[in-house]
Amino acid sequence: MNEPRLLAGRDLRSGAETYAEHVSRLGPLPRRGAVLIDLLTASGLTGRGGAAFPVGLKWRGTARAGGSPVIVANGAEGEPHSKKDRLLMSARPHLVLDGAFLAAHVLRSRQVVLYIGEHHQMARAAMERAVAERPPHERDLVRVFSAPARYVAGDSNAAVHAVTAGIALPTTLKPAPALVQNVETLAHVALIARTGHATGTVLVTAAGSVAHPGVLEVDTRSTVASVVASAGGVTEPARAVLLGGYFGAWVDYDRASELQLDPTALKDRGLTLGCGVIGLLASSRCPVCETAGIMRYLAGESSAQCGPCFFGLRALADACSRVANQGANAQDLGRLERWASEVAGRGGCRHPDGAVMFLQSALRTFPSDFAHHSAHTARRTA
Amino acid sequence: MTRAYELRIDRIRCDGRGLCAQLLPELIRLDDWGYPIIAPGPVPEHLRPLAERAVEDCPVLAIALRRMETRKAAGR
Repeated sequence: MNEPRLLAGRDLRSGAETYAEHVSRLGPLPRRGAVLIDLLTASGLTGRGGAAFPVGLKWRGTARAGGSPVIVANGAEGEPHSKKDRLLMSARPHLVLDGAFLAAHVLRSRQVVLYIGEHHQMARAAMERAVAERPPHERDLVRVFSAPARYVAGDSNAAVHAVTAGIALPTTLKPAPALVQNVETLAHVALIARTGHATGTVLVTAAGSVAHPGVLEVDTRSTVASVVASAGGVTEPARAVLLGGYFGAWVDYDRASELQLDPTALKDRGLTLGCGVIGLLASSRCPVCETAGIMRYLAGESSAQCGPCFFGLRALADACSRVANQGANAQDLGRLERWASEVAGRGGCRHPDGAVMFLQSALRTFPSDFAHHSAHTARRTA
Repeated sequence: MTRAYELRIDRIRCDGRGLCAQLLPELIRLDDWGYPIIAPGPVPEHLRPLAERAVEDCPVLAIALRRMETRKAAGR
């Protein structure tokens, strides 16, 4: 099993690694040209923000598009249970910067924007200190932009709209040339540029009914069960796992526990590691009420620009809440199925698609809970 | 080879006026909130004039006819 690579080095609780420590531990940043794109492709690295898009392919496309793209290091981390991006920025800011500067070098960009969630103050402070430690030819490329604490602000299209036009909402206008890459992805790039091969690890956030919720760097071959064990085990028997966060899927715990985390392997099974959230649902909690709470949240996070998303998600959340609060009824169960299939793919961004995939996973994983739910007061999602 | 066209909607522009569904019910229906749902696939040749009309008459210019991208990539 691969040892931690991204979070190797000094104790994580002792603050950010300095530039001097970073360079003495890993060596200077190799100046690789377009060959880096081949290395990234060969490494199989996929984006760690959620969509798991192949990084080599993305860079190749950006290079072909020409122009001088803006490089956006996406550290918005609006996913409620995810903590990995801010931990990485707080503890190993120079790995993130290395990846961003490599992208700028390979793609001939003169602009690097650090797009950091407005509430992630420690991460922002660490990134700004790290920028100040870099030589002027790198430092001068960088700008920091505060991402509003909205779920859609982390969408790559919204990120580009934010840093180029100041509006952190998705748009259907032709986007400015840009490469948006999650901060963890950039940290992997920094290591692949040095070693020539994949790191073999991913950052995950263990959440829910585990003894020690928090961020872990684990081998991509590790199973969900081993992540749970590393997080101190379960606090009570687990019913299901929310794999990949709110745009991920519910999976029965017995099935999920044996799954390996490799993002590509999960994708092949129709699942996603998403942003790396592994949220355990204790068997004492009601999956219908949990799902209703999350749907309510996602409906509220619509940017309200597109009718099918704004009205559709709200109607889905309402129907889900009615089942949760007043008990199962055939009319609402039918609506959930129909509206979910109608809303998917009909937004300017992927927000409705993600919300609907999440809901459909709930209907698939907890069919009898939905069909036989008796009225009880919805409990707020933890 | 004939060129295939499909209807595309700019979801941010679309206000749900519903004109398109009235002009072209063969391919466009409205969801429960009045927003268009487009039948997938290319616009049949005989419906092209009606599709063009729907594009031109949309009050917020939210609908367009686009050449369909030919997908040569394997395994997609």
